[in-house]
Amino acid sequence: MPDLGKYAFEVSMAYVVSLSLLGVLVAVTLAKGRKVRAQLRAFEEARKEANEKA
Amino acid sequence: MSLWEYANPKKFMQTSAAILPYTAGLTAICLVVGLVWGFFFTPDDFRQGSTVKIIYLHVPSAMMAINIWVMMLVTSLIWLIRRHHVSVLAAKAAAPIGVVMTLIALFTGAIWGQPMWGTWWEWDPRLTSFLILFLFYLGYIALWSAIENSDTAADLTSILCLVGSVFAVLSRYAANFWNQGLHQGASLSLDKEKNVADVFYQPLLFCLAGFVLLFVTLLLLRTRTEIRTRRLLALRLRERQAA
Amino acid sequence: MKALLLRDLALAVKAGGGFGLSLAFFLIVTVLIPFGVGPDTGILSEVASGVLWVGALLACLLSLDRIFQLDFEDGSLDLLVTAPLPLEGLVAVKAFAHWLTTGLPLTLMAPVLAVLLNLDPAGFPWLVVSLALGTPALSMIGTFGAALTVGLKRGGLLLSLLVLPLYVPTLIFGAETVRRAVDGFDTTTPLLMLAGITLGTIALLPFAAAAAIRINLR
Repeated sequence: MPDLGKYAFEVSMAYVVSLSLLGVLVAVTLAKGRKVRAQLRAFEEARKEANEKA
Repeated sequence: MSLWEYANPKKFMQTSAAILPYTAGLTAICLVVGLVWGFFFTPDDFRQGSTVKIIYLHVPSAMMAINIWVMMLVTSLIWLIRRHHVSVLAAKAAAPIGVVMTLIALFTGAIWGQPMWGTWWEWDPRLTSFLILFLFYLGYIALWSAIENSDTAADLTSILCLVGSVFAVLSRYAANFWNQGLHQGASLSLDKEKNVADVFYQPLLFCLAGFVLLFVTLLLLRTRTEIRTRRLLALRLRERQAA
Repeated sequence: MKALLLRDLALAVKAGGGFGLSLAFFLIVTVLIPFGVGPDTGILSEVASGVLWVGALLACLLSLDRIFQLDFEDGSLDLLVTAPLPLEGLVAVKAFAHWLTTGLPLTLMAPVLAVLLNLDPAGFPWLVVSLALGTPALSMIGTFGAALTVGLKRGGLLLSLLVLPLYVPTLIFGAETVRRAVDGFDTTTPLLMLAGITLGTIALLPFAAAAAIRINLR
């Protein structure tokens, strides 16, 4: 860890806040993507089954 | 081979699936190289001390905050003129990324200024312009969520993006006017890009590339999700109507 | 179009029309400020120009959702859209009606409220001039915002979120005009910018607003 001197708090906070925000953005993006993909797949499977029965 | 081919959702999904691993990989490389290099292996600045390290977050995020809005403007125009759904869904997908970039730019800008200004916030014209841009992003996202019909929402948010862009530029000049005023003493500007020495500049380039690639990766991911969501809604609607 | 104007004016002035409401709100905000900030007349006179402008702006905001809502609910908005008159013109007339019932009274009442906030007398005429030049822009921008949200049930808060950032340039130049007048400096620049914004919004926003209404009525 480099010696951040007297601005250690400010610099650390800047990095922690920024990287956390980016992390949240990536996490939400991936989670939502996974959810919608699963819903779409479930829907299309249900439709396929309905078509096969008919 | 025209760019318009990608307006076809299926083609977009195929192409984005193919290139996503590469953009994600490159993003990771550039960000890690840039941030690690910048944070650990650069010296302190004579005047700013270690706070110069904030440049590696502030400059890329500020650049992206503005460029993402410009991208939203262009894609909104494409939607209004050529009615390509992929275009407007890309704008919708880009907005939250823009919000986060603007937030990071605001936080890092304020934190960077604290040692210089002595306060956690100063109404510096540039930071103020970013605050206004943040509000424009919020309004755009809020309008999308408020309207049920997706085509109506697409049209209205595109108009808002257009009008908002004009006012955003206007606000930039107004904010400059507002704070260069007669009562203001010389304020330390955060405009360090012009005379940044090489030793700082090279890791910064990696960070800039990293942020751009991060935007592209997230944009592709989110646009794919939006396209899937739209398809899901259309299928559900069709099923409800058939019943 | 004159008929539309008169009809809107009559609607606004009648009971629940919002005509007196904006003025009352302006008064209340002006009275609340000293309670919040403290009665020191030195401080009050420093913030007076900005507070009066912000108060006028917020008072304008109050009556915005009425611009199209009543017509939307009873179906007359559909009639207006299909009328032989250009929708852009009708939108401009509605904005004008809003200004006559909101911006204009606020402008006229501002000097009285300026006394309450100890505004330096040098600022009084410029307060009136800046408000007179700026409030039409507020009405036009507000009309655009109302057009965007016309179909929404509880669109009031969203309307504020959309419109207030658009108000910022007008607010900056309007308040700056009064501040410069109080400090004895030349007011030409902010006043010209203010006039420019107003003229620009009146010329261009009717098209955006009309487009928004057509989209909402599809």
